[in-house]
Amino acid sequence: MPETQPPVEIPEGMEVVATRPRALTDVPFTYCPGCTHGTIHRLIAEVIDELGLDDRTVAIAPVGCAVWIYEFYALDAIQVPHGRAPAVGTGIKRASPDTMVFTYQGDGDLAGIGLAEVTHAAARGENLTCFFINNAVYGMTQGQMAPTTLPGQKTTTSPRGRDIARDGHPIRVCELLSTLDGATYVERVMVTDPKAIRHAKRAIRRAFEVQMEGRGFSLVEFLSICPTWWGKKPDEAVEWLRENMMPYYPLGVFKSAGQAGGEQAA
Amino acid sequence: MSAEPKAILMKGNEAAAEGAIAGGCRYFFGYPITPQNEIPHYMAEHMPQVGGVYLQAESEVAAINMVFGAASTGARVMTSSSGPGIALMQEGLSYMIGARVPCLVVNVCRGGPGLGNIGTSQSDYWMATRGGGHGDGRCITFAPATVQEQYDLCYESFDVAERYRHPVMILSEAALGQMMEPVFVRPRGEAPKDEKPWALGGRRGGRNRRVINSLYAQPDDLARENRVLAELYEQVTREQVRWSEKGDDDPEVLIVAFGIPARCSETAMERAAASGVRTRLVRPISLFPFPHEPIRRWAKVAPHTLVVEGSIGQMVDDVRMAVGDQSKVSLLPVLGGLLTTPEEIAHEIQRVYEEGGRAP
Amino acid sequence: MRTDVIFAGIGGQGLMTMGQILASAALSEGKQASYLPSYSPEVRGGWANCTVVISENSIGSPTVGEPSVLVALERTSLAKHGPTVKPGGLILLNASLIPEPLQRDDVRLIGVPATEIADELGNPHVVNSVMLGAYVAATEAVTLGSVADAVREQLRSRFHLIDVNMTALRSGADFVASHTPEVV
Repeated sequence: MPETQPPVEIPEGMEVVATRPRALTDVPFTYCPGCTHGTIHRLIAEVIDELGLDDRTVAIAPVGCAVWIYEFYALDAIQVPHGRAPAVGTGIKRASPDTMVFTYQGDGDLAGIGLAEVTHAAARGENLTCFFINNAVYGMTQGQMAPTTLPGQKTTTSPRGRDIARDGHPIRVCELLSTLDGATYVERVMVTDPKAIRHAKRAIRRAFEVQMEGRGFSLVEFLSICPTWWGKKPDEAVEWLRENMMPYYPLGVFKSAGQAGGEQAA
Repeated sequence: MSAEPKAILMKGNEAAAEGAIAGGCRYFFGYPITPQNEIPHYMAEHMPQVGGVYLQAESEVAAINMVFGAASTGARVMTSSSGPGIALMQEGLSYMIGARVPCLVVNVCRGGPGLGNIGTSQSDYWMATRGGGHGDGRCITFAPATVQEQYDLCYESFDVAERYRHPVMILSEAALGQMMEPVFVRPRGEAPKDEKPWALGGRRGGRNRRVINSLYAQPDDLARENRVLAELYEQVTREQVRWSEKGDDDPEVLIVAFGIPARCSETAMERAAASGVRTRLVRPISLFPFPHEPIRRWAKVAPHTLVVEGSIGQMVDDVRMAVGDQSKVSLLPVLGGLLTTPEEIAHEIQRVYEEGGRAP
Repeated sequence: MRTDVIFAGIGGQGLMTMGQILASAALSEGKQASYLPSYSPEVRGGWANCTVVISENSIGSPTVGEPSVLVALERTSLAKHGPTVKPGGLILLNASLIPEPLQRDDVRLIGVPATEIADELGNPHVVNSVMLGAYVAATEAVTLGSVADAVREQLRSRFHLIDVNMTALRSGADFVASHTPEVV
């Protein structure tokens, strides 16, 4: 089992200006070139470092490309059935309330097979954090249509484009969950430019803070790219995301309720 | 010292719940389904009294995964359901078997397939003993026959589950869940405090991280894990085969039955004795591991073997495996959600006895 | 010594309570007892019955194919279970609701006007206690005192119902004691 990174000796007269987060192992990510999983992994790890949570956090690995996050995070971790991460997280939190729990789920996992589990975890106000990676396609199983695949988008199971008459409409998870009284903090972000990345990190931090303060369910959705199954170069994929996903899945805070001090955010 | 033990009249379902609490269970996740509803009712009432948690899940799928999560922290946790719900839990059970996480699942069996009915049944024998979901896993399965035994097995199951780091299933029956009998209850105990070296909760005190996982992408790794499980089941078979037996030492008819049909058979044996037929009953208590040995031993003596079970014939497969061609195996299937009676079984004993036994 | 009884009727008549109280009374006398309910899926108004087995030793079968005693609270349950009572057995029936006798001369039949008795006591819901009192007097499976204690325990949170149920138990028992068991 890969452990935390070995300490590095700093030569005289030099200082550390950037380092791999302690919450990550020394194992290189295995994602496709251009994939945004790596960026998101790192941002979560940085926030865990900054909040000092690495000794009391359990990561829940989904089924999908991110199934191996237990190799990448230097944290306790559990790998669970497809879509069930919020239910497993519920069990962990109920049995061990002071353990920090996050799920890391793709769009098939969370919005397809696991929509019931995430919805009810949110409705219960379960005190855990879900990170939802939406790249509008099933990545690990070879690029099939996902619940978030856009109208007209070509996938291996919608070769002529998603046909609304046959396949129905994409699901907007943040909008859906934000209608639930139990959901405390719900935001959609992206990680395709430095400004967006800094913003995404703040969203991760706020989500963890909600959980640390025992204020209930938090979810951050990341609009992401899948160059491999979109059939695009990474820069083209980013462009496609901006032109197609962002209009359908607008960024923003969809729910921020019951903040400390009783202030209700818009 | 505990007070003088006093039996109290309890429903089987309540006894299952109280037995689990006494055995240290403090977390229950479930979803309503007849005929097991008294278990969640009891847990909702009593878990808060012992500082535990009762939570109603949105489905059996969620319930078993909540069990998975709570169990991964080392807690004693259970769920209960009946056939249709247990079917939905097979996925979670498979992951827990693959990831080696202990828990208790109580199946108060009703008839199927499909919605079947809510009458009593033993027709989840295959799902229990072959199940635990997909892949090369099994499910350690115990079958009580009395309300007291239902209490005792639920009490003890957490020790068994933790010993092997493996789920344990109690295969009960609707009738046993609903019936009332006197039960001697124990004081409510706490789970042992010993540290579980696999339990999650964060790298407290800077310990090495722990991973609970059933994914073995490399062929050698999965093959190794499958062999480890197979060895575990051999150990379980050495240590956990359980049965009870009674009757004549030179039986002409061997009866194999579990649960309530075994009790009906006991009373039927008295009638058979009155008509001059010698019988012996072997009642499997562990369904996996199955008590092949005593069945094989008595089948050498008895020319007839009669299996009485609440299904179209499921356990009879295991009995045939144990018996081989030593004894002629007959089946009395009890169907439709009904219970058999001693009269019906006595009639069947007489019939198979007169029909002639093992072929020469 | 193993004794058994089936209480049969329709849901809502208090059959399950009768069985539980009898099992409880037997337990309080140091006997073994099993109570096994059975009912149709409807929450109210479907068929219902329960089997109670009492024994000095451990109870084997909690089911009975040919009961030695049947207590039938209404017509359909008598039609269903009456023919299964073993020869020489006993059938207690609620004569208020079952005017037609069962055509059997190999069992003892006792008709108790339980609904009328309950109405006279001012509470139509105590038919089950009347019949339970009659059962105890006719079989002596347990003592009336043990049953009365079990009823008091059952009703400890509804104590205003205790007196009328005590009277109902005694009325049922008195009816059996004071009437030469009539073959109706």
